[in-house]
Amino acid sequence: MNQPDWNRIANDPDFHALQRAKRRFIIPATVFFLLYYMALPVLIGFWPALMKTPVIGKVNWAYLFALSQFIMTWVVCWLYVRAARRWDIMNAALLAKLGH
Amino acid sequence: MFSFLAQAAAATAPAATGFQFTPALKMFLAFVGVTLVITYFSARKATGSAAYFAAGRSIKGWQNGLAVAGDYMSAASFLGISGIICLKGYDGFMYSVGFLVAYLTVLLIVAEPLRNAGKYTMADLLAYRLKPRPVRAMASLSTLTVSTFYMIAQMVGAGGIIKVLIGVEFVPAVIGVGVLMLVYVVFGGMLATTWVQIIKAILLMCGAFALSWMVLGQHGYSLGQFFDSVSTATYGGSKPPVNLLDPGLAYGATEKNPWGAVDFLSLALGLVLGTAGLPHILVRFYTVPDAKTARVSVVWATAIIGVFYILTTFFGFGAATILKLSALPLDAAGRPDGNMVAPILAKTLGGEWFFAFISAVAFATILAVVAGLTMSASTSFAHDFYTNVIHHGKEHRPGQEVRVARITAFVVGAVSIFLAIKLRSLNVAFLVGLAFAVAASANLPVIVFSVFWKRFNTTGAVTGLAVGLGSSIALILVSPSVMGTDPAAMIQGAPLFPLKNPGIVSIPLGFLAAWLGTLFSARDMEAEAKFAELSVRSQTGLGAEKATSH
Repeated sequence: MNQPDWNRIANDPDFHALQRAKRRFIIPATVFFLLYYMALPVLIGFWPALMKTPVIGKVNWAYLFALSQFIMTWVVCWLYVRAARRWDIMNAALLAKLGH
Repeated sequence: MFSFLAQAAAATAPAATGFQFTPALKMFLAFVGVTLVITYFSARKATGSAAYFAAGRSIKGWQNGLAVAGDYMSAASFLGISGIICLKGYDGFMYSVGFLVAYLTVLLIVAEPLRNAGKYTMADLLAYRLKPRPVRAMASLSTLTVSTFYMIAQMVGAGGIIKVLIGVEFVPAVIGVGVLMLVYVVFGGMLATTWVQIIKAILLMCGAFALSWMVLGQHGYSLGQFFDSVSTATYGGSKPPVNLLDPGLAYGATEKNPWGAVDFLSLALGLVLGTAGLPHILVRFYTVPDAKTARVSVVWATAIIGVFYILTTFFGFGAATILKLSALPLDAAGRPDGNMVAPILAKTLGGEWFFAFISAVAFATILAVVAGLTMSASTSFAHDFYTNVIHHGKEHRPGQEVRVARITAFVVGAVSIFLAIKLRSLNVAFLVGLAFAVAASANLPVIVFSVFWKRFNTTGAVTGLAVGLGSSIALILVSPSVMGTDPAAMIQGAPLFPLKNPGIVSIPLGFLAAWLGTLFSARDMEAEAKFAELSVRSQTGLGAEKATSH
């Protein structure tokens, strides 16, 4: 197989659209999950009294917030997979257009 | 070395009279038997580099998901986390959370570009547009460092655990683990290592579910009752009640350690960013046919790992409501050894055979993880250092790369066995933290810059790797993990750096060094010109390595 013309693909508007679509999801999602996650050690480290407050029975904010991290991870994961399906379609169309 | 082994064997021989053919030992042997059969069949397929290093890129998404989960749920996770949650409560649970959230970094930033643009190692991605030799040499050094640290921690733990679980003494236990792991890696390559990992992941999940269910049974299968007991945990009535759901038992700020909160933050940062730079996790993405499958496998891994770490609530916190502290063996420093919590809990709740099962799972975990680590270390040495740095990317004879990898596996195995035996009396848990710190501070910055920053050049990559690696090691060496004024400390003297976890300093340093190294060196027009190629490859998968047909 001949080497594809990388520069031509890189300058293709559809490739730019694909890249933009990915960045539009990945950058905000990364910032969000890092902030959401780092909020846990910050709250625990600097506002321990608040986090020790019981909410449901003996279960306190600290444990509930930790548990919510699991749910957050799965939700972001699911959103990513959903978005990636769209990218796969864009990608397939781009490669088909360029004959690869 | 041999005289040392003989001495050690002689010293431990009289104590070994308690050796019996216990149920635990039988289960170990069954696991070993099954894995050796797998290795035999893998060995017949493992011809050629792609087959040996990447299992022919033929692993399915869910299989690789299980294997990634297996690589990740190490003995440190299963035994270590259940222990630290039992003894330190909520602060231990933070490890569970961090280990899982870390998979978002893997999924969103690393997995797909790496699969699309690489061949066998992390350095493949870097070498695309940077000067291959210096970059590969540094990346290989970082990979070998991370793998060896991680492995020594696992091996030292393994020796102690096997001694308690089946009564085989430390030295023969470590040698046994080392030899078995070499058999998997040397003969079976990535395919055998992957299947060992898959089986182990399934066993571990079954064990974790069963153990959790039994713990819940002790509390009338009521979550409310369970959490009530955890909030007034008494270690089987042997201690005054303590609320383990409250944070701060390990990392709370105290008179003695005002840095607790910052250390906690540093730990969290290292966990969430380190995973995406762990070489034995990264190589897993080369075993699947394409980036889409790599994505599917991260999703599987995230689901499995998430469930596992939620279950640590039950067999971690739960242990503190059931086990007496006196039921735990003492560690080198004379404190209750948390590593034994899960097996002893299993014995208390499920009897001898369940204990045997959990012990066998723990053993399988150790074996599978050290095999994965050896595999990634030897792949990096053979592919990055031997073929690409020394021989400029050409194999002199077909099969040479694989042969070098096999020899490297022997060397890595022997060195790790030797160091594990030498360091047996030290508390080496910090080595796992160090591996994460190096991965986050050295590997992650260069992966991210290489994919996302056009101007990034060779000098930046080398300085980033060197500073990330160097600063993590240096900060750990002067941290309270190594330095101290009590006699158990490895280096005597007041710690020069107050945190046990270097991440909060070393990760920014790694990024900064990669950035400044690039800005203060000449622009590399060739690297910038090839950015287009790397972007297209990593985004579209065009030109990616294909699965080999069997």
